[in-house]
Amino acid sequence: MVQVFENKTSYNVVGTRPIRHDGIDKVTGRAIYGADVKVPGLIWGEVLRSTEVHARIKSIDTSAAKKMPGVFAVMVHQDLADPGTETTRNGLQDVDREFFNIMAKDKVLYKGHVIAAVAAIDRNTAQEATRLIKVEYERLEPVRNVDEATSPNAPILIEDLIGDHLGENVANTNIATHFRHEFGDVEGGFKLADLIVDREVSLEMVHQGYIEPHNATVIWHEDDKLTVWSSTQGSFGVRDQTAKFVGVSPSQIRVNYSEIGGGFGGKTKVYLSPIAAILSKKSGGKPVKIVMDRPSVFQATGPAPGGKVKVKMGVTNNGKITAAEATIRYEAGAYPGSAVNAGAICIFGCYNIPASRIDGFDIVVNKPKSAAYRAPGSPQAAFAIETVVDEICENKGWDKIQFRLDNAAKKGTRRGDGVLLEKVGFEESLDATRNSSHWNSPLGKPDNGKLRGRGLACGYWMNGGGPSTCDLMLSDDGTVMMNEGSADIGGTRASIAMQAAEVLGLAAEDIKPSIPDTDSIGFTGTTGGSRTTFATGYAAYLAAQSMVKELKTRASILWEIDETDIEFSNGVFRSTKESELKLSIKELAEKLGVTGAPVSTTSSVNMAAGGNGYAVHICDLEIDPETGKTDVVRYTAIQDVGTAIHPSYAEGQIQGGVVQGIGWALNEEYFINDDGSMANYSFLDYRMPTSLDLPMIETIMVEVPNPNHPYGVRGVGEVPLCPPIAAVGNAINDAIGKRIYEQPIKPGRILDAISKD
Amino acid sequence: MAKVFIPFQLRKFTNGVPEVDVPAATLRELVDELENLYPGIKDRLVKDDKLRPGLSAVVGYVATRQGLRQKLDPDVEVHFVPAVSGG
Repeated sequence: MVQVFENKTSYNVVGTRPIRHDGIDKVTGRAIYGADVKVPGLIWGEVLRSTEVHARIKSIDTSAAKKMPGVFAVMVHQDLADPGTETTRNGLQDVDREFFNIMAKDKVLYKGHVIAAVAAIDRNTAQEATRLIKVEYERLEPVRNVDEATSPNAPILIEDLIGDHLGENVANTNIATHFRHEFGDVEGGFKLADLIVDREVSLEMVHQGYIEPHNATVIWHEDDKLTVWSSTQGSFGVRDQTAKFVGVSPSQIRVNYSEIGGGFGGKTKVYLSPIAAILSKKSGGKPVKIVMDRPSVFQATGPAPGGKVKVKMGVTNNGKITAAEATIRYEAGAYPGSAVNAGAICIFGCYNIPASRIDGFDIVVNKPKSAAYRAPGSPQAAFAIETVVDEICENKGWDKIQFRLDNAAKKGTRRGDGVLLEKVGFEESLDATRNSSHWNSPLGKPDNGKLRGRGLACGYWMNGGGPSTCDLMLSDDGTVMMNEGSADIGGTRASIAMQAAEVLGLAAEDIKPSIPDTDSIGFTGTTGGSRTTFATGYAAYLAAQSMVKELKTRASILWEIDETDIEFSNGVFRSTKESELKLSIKELAEKLGVTGAPVSTTSSVNMAAGGNGYAVHICDLEIDPETGKTDVVRYTAIQDVGTAIHPSYAEGQIQGGVVQGIGWALNEEYFINDDGSMANYSFLDYRMPTSLDLPMIETIMVEVPNPNHPYGVRGVGEVPLCPPIAAVGNAINDAIGKRIYEQPIKPGRILDAISKD
Repeated sequence: MAKVFIPFQLRKFTNGVPEVDVPAATLRELVDELENLYPGIKDRLVKDDKLRPGLSAVVGYVATRQGLRQKLDPDVEVHFVPAVSGG
């Protein structure tokens, strides 16, 4: 079973704020990102993307491109290796649809879908050659959203898709999966209710918005081994996915770690490395580099799903929830696999609801295949549930924090999927909210004619676990070299090193973290789901414990005393019988030569759970009634972080999540033309908030230690993205007295709502 | 006795029964016992002696990483839920 720890409340290193180990490399430009990779003999790859949203490919003529001077190779889907079929959840044999997302075979399912690729002497030549490829399409009617996808006679995107509809296999459908979670007497619960609120919200796809575009550089060596560089949240994921689609064993591929300029979940999939690999092979082993441009990033990679979420909730007059129901319909994009499963887990995660029913639908539409985005599926669900809860409180005149406290999830609460919660910190987070300066500050009235409002919303994410590896090597000077397998996307080198330092009684700076290639470290899962500080940190903790054990043995050899007569605390080994015998780790490291071999330890773990995360957000905003423009003027994020290993980086995760969530609420959307194509595929038109748009995001970290981690770590990077859409929406309602159920809540919608008076 | 929560999609095998008490020391024994009670259900949970792809078993409070070898405490709750990943 899962180990349960008695967490301490004070530490030497944990909870301090050392400068990150990779900080100087990052601020001086010395850090190497994927696009910085240069190897001798490098040539460039470029892809041809579909100009159609939904079309059958009648023919592809690559002959002119192949003849162009400077071109080394041209590839189409058939050059990828057939990965074969695998068993799906409904027990059928089906191919991994990423096979067709990486490069289309006989249909294109969104504008920007890759059709062919070219490798050439330079990037311009490669781009020119792609323009010589002739594609003949049979245009088909686009399916632009979940309503169109599920309407009678809707065009079917994937003709051989067999949907799993409540356990029944269904052909000729755009609904890849319909599942249900249900427990308790839902109808009976609604009968007990004095008030039932039933609302549906709609959302557009949004992008993770990472600044660094996707890239890959691959060499297919003459011995059929491959070397890969790629911007990714998981080197092992790139290794395994690339191997699958180019027809080699994962052990034939070595993926080098490069720094990552943002991912937020969008860099957990591969788009380019299988293509660069095949182009390298067809070019006789020349290194091939491909870097996406921004329009391609928007049009062909990882949006979070849009869709519709309906929530019905019943409450009694004394403020208790009696039952709840949800219908979540998410756009998977071109191929199945939206975050609807996670959305269903999270939607009622904040509340203790005696009976609930959740229907989830994963629906394919003619848009890019959706990908993970911080707390995948939960922000959209939170928009619905937190809007309904706010409306209930407003209707009954109840205190919005007290109602949530009266119905708060706690240890033993059953989530919407029926699973029981371990110890969580939602009540403590609500208490901290009630006691916060923000909540206790008057909203005030602006004297500039603007309308001001305050909103509150909550969010839940379960946090991940999984496999991780950490190696430690003691140097003669007493510092410790650390290799760990997790991509560092948020300061995790520091948060992992600090856990080793805490065990060893060293300073964080004495641990020297590196992230080696996939041949040089044990398997480590992708950085995502807020798992890394928790799981890889635990591997570092165990490796450090092993090092202490080994050093005790060495001290016993050195002092010629029994190992059991040695104790270790705060970085110092002491004889329990002879007080003059004591050595710090640094002193002992100098003397190790006479005690045996160098000291190195390793630990690999496979963690079961990351400790549930809860957030409560308060948003104050002002609206210009003339233009509908919204300005967030104050925002506070309260979050149970378990134990903040490095408080600055935990705060940074929270602030970053809030900013992305505010953008999601107010501005961001895939604006879809009538023909189904995306209109706003540049950062100019896809409006993300900048530091000039927002106030400083205030954070309040609540620390309810996770009992399944020795330092009480809970993931912190996902849940801050969950409440903002609803917090902003509830604040807008407070300001203008009208609820807007469509995201983004943009000026036009606000003006429409105001004008309906 | 482990308390098993039957996924809604599989309740056709249990005539709509949502929860079942099953004597089992491991997850494998639990699945076998479910199959004895409700023939056909095992095939929807297990393939090639592993949990089906995309399926996760929650034992107590957390999803097990030990698959069918997971030992079960007396009176523990077991849920079969879709596996999810984060961002």
